[in-house]
Amino acid sequence: MAGSGTEHLRPAGETLLRAENLTVEFPVGRTGLKVHAVSDISIDVREGETLGLVGESGCGKSTTGRAMMQLPRPNAGSVLFNGVDLTTLSPKELREVRPQMQMIFQDPISSLNPRRRVADIVGEPLKIWKRAEGAEVDRIVNETLENVGIDPAAAGGRRPHQFSGGQCQRICIARSLVLNPKLIICDEPVSALDVSVQAQILNLLQDMKRAYNLTLVFIAHDLAVVKNVSDRVAVMYLGKMCEVAPPDDLYAQPAHPYTAALLGSIPVPDPSIQLAEESTLAGEIPSPVAPPSGCRFRTRCPRATDMCAQVEPKMRKIGLGHYVACHFPLDAPVKISPSAAH
Amino acid sequence: MSRKDLTGSAAGRDPNAPLLDVRDIKTHFRTERGTVRAVDGVSFTLQRGRTLGVVGESGSGKSVLSKSIMGLLPRRNVLREGQVLYEGLDVSVLDENQMRNIWGAEMSMVFQDPMTSLNPVMKIGKQIKESLYLHLNMSKDDAHDTAVALLSSVNIPEPEQRLEEYPHQLSGGMRQRVVIAIALACGPKLLFADEPTTALDVTVQAQILNLLQQQQHERHMAMILVTHDLGVVAGRTDDIAVMYAGRVVETAPTATLFTAMRHPYTEALMASIPKLTDPSHTRLEAIGGRPPDLINPPAGCKFAPRCKYAQDRCLQEDPPLMDAGEPGHSFRCFYPVGTDAGAQALANNAAAGRSASGVPVTLAASGSH
Repeated sequence: MAGSGTEHLRPAGETLLRAENLTVEFPVGRTGLKVHAVSDISIDVREGETLGLVGESGCGKSTTGRAMMQLPRPNAGSVLFNGVDLTTLSPKELREVRPQMQMIFQDPISSLNPRRRVADIVGEPLKIWKRAEGAEVDRIVNETLENVGIDPAAAGGRRPHQFSGGQCQRICIARSLVLNPKLIICDEPVSALDVSVQAQILNLLQDMKRAYNLTLVFIAHDLAVVKNVSDRVAVMYLGKMCEVAPPDDLYAQPAHPYTAALLGSIPVPDPSIQLAEESTLAGEIPSPVAPPSGCRFRTRCPRATDMCAQVEPKMRKIGLGHYVACHFPLDAPVKISPSAAH
Repeated sequence: MSRKDLTGSAAGRDPNAPLLDVRDIKTHFRTERGTVRAVDGVSFTLQRGRTLGVVGESGSGKSVLSKSIMGLLPRRNVLREGQVLYEGLDVSVLDENQMRNIWGAEMSMVFQDPMTSLNPVMKIGKQIKESLYLHLNMSKDDAHDTAVALLSSVNIPEPEQRLEEYPHQLSGGMRQRVVIAIALACGPKLLFADEPTTALDVTVQAQILNLLQQQQHERHMAMILVTHDLGVVAGRTDDIAVMYAGRVVETAPTATLFTAMRHPYTEALMASIPKLTDPSHTRLEAIGGRPPDLINPPAGCKFAPRCKYAQDRCLQEDPPLMDAGEPGHSFRCFYPVGTDAGAQALANNAAAGRSASGVPVTLAASGSH
């Protein structure tokens, strides 16, 4: 799967964000070795769409999200936002684009300054960009806090430690919304939250997406969460793109052996579903410092052949909006995921 | 197996008693803000070889419960009440020295984070052999052979070499296998697994859960699997206890809990989980509000402030554990899900537009069960 290729990209005019042949590498100390965090991947997002990036830890999903934000700039590749290639902009020009792209992080408590009041935290972007002054700032802050379900009168003067994790995530969302961004990159926004609170935040993100006409990149390891929020899902493994598809198709008919294994590993809250032991994947993710040749998944793939070690599979179309990077994709309906079993 | 003399092993042990019988245990922490009632009256029994799943959100007291049963909490500023009968012997009154003969040998524990539960400066082999020397009086050669056998039984490749390595040389999944090998070393009859897979990736999580299940069958060991994930307990437990605010609010055989739940919290928890079988963009039924403050818990039912079934009675009176009419199924609720009383309560609330505690209730919501 370790796929590269750009066949799954849509015409440039139709997309808000388009990352092409993105590569991010980090040096390992002074050894001269490199961590190949993201290797030659391409993905795009239409305006108003939610793209789900899913994969296990170390697959490069967060690095991809950050590379889109130019945090840090990718080692190679381009990121077109609204037709402008962000990788070629000067720092000053890039800064002018930043208000349109915001980010929400995994740990809501540590992403808020503990010494500042909530109203100041949420209002700061407005002051930095001189979007409003005085009472106007308060009005926008109050309105935004109210939209995310925080009572501005009670909360504005308090500090982050006085709120629960779920409430802090609401405050982070409010802070990302005050500048009316076009795009929000959500990096594991609910994985630090309890299930009952997780549902509140997922519903809130859907509501805010509608209210603010947002485009979302939603990064998560939980496939059920990603399926719930996304219009299009991209599965990643060890710095490569495996499969891109609309969520319902992806879950009903996974074509990539890794997607199928990932779906088969998820514990389903229904005791009547028999656990298929053979569907669980053996072994662990290889080191990104020396990734396998050819398809990066071949070391754990039940279908791997010599060809997979030599030739890297390219993205190719197998259905409407459904693309896979695999030499030997699974044929349509595979009985491996619970959704296929039903 | 030549075990060192187990304090009380002869006296007070009853082979016919259930393996574990927990009677109304309470664990309260004294803090500057007041007394935190982390575990507030929990009872259950566990038979040999069975698996109990303990499910709850953070702060529900599930981890404190398992630590309290094992006697792992500090003595200072901790109030412990109730009895923990292990094969009929009350282990809650034993001191640390006496417990040392039970820890590892009779009951052991696998923690959430394999990075911090291993000693970073001690070789893996030494960490495994420690308890073999202590409890089983093994010779050096026997301990070595046993350690190799243990590592291969938890599917660690090249076990001989691993014995000479340090924890940082292993991946998270491999470390958790080592922790499990240590926990199983002396053949305990009861294993506590406290969120054993929360720090791991899904594919590795499936491997570790399969491993625990397989080891449990081979050794006829009882297990208490503590987790926040209903998916993890669904296929792997015999019974489930759902905890909320330091109490067990519902306990039932696993299949019954999922098909015929009685407590509104269990129902709400299930409804709030995104499911793979639902189509994309299915609106989730979130539970409003958040768990109560355990220093000043609300009067009456602890879940009432978030419950769409709540009536006036729920705000004043604390529901006792009631029998659901099926063996092993009980719950704490006056207006249980799936009964006439529950349906009536929900209909009343829907008519009023809100529950007695102020949770908005719409007619659509009342039709869901």
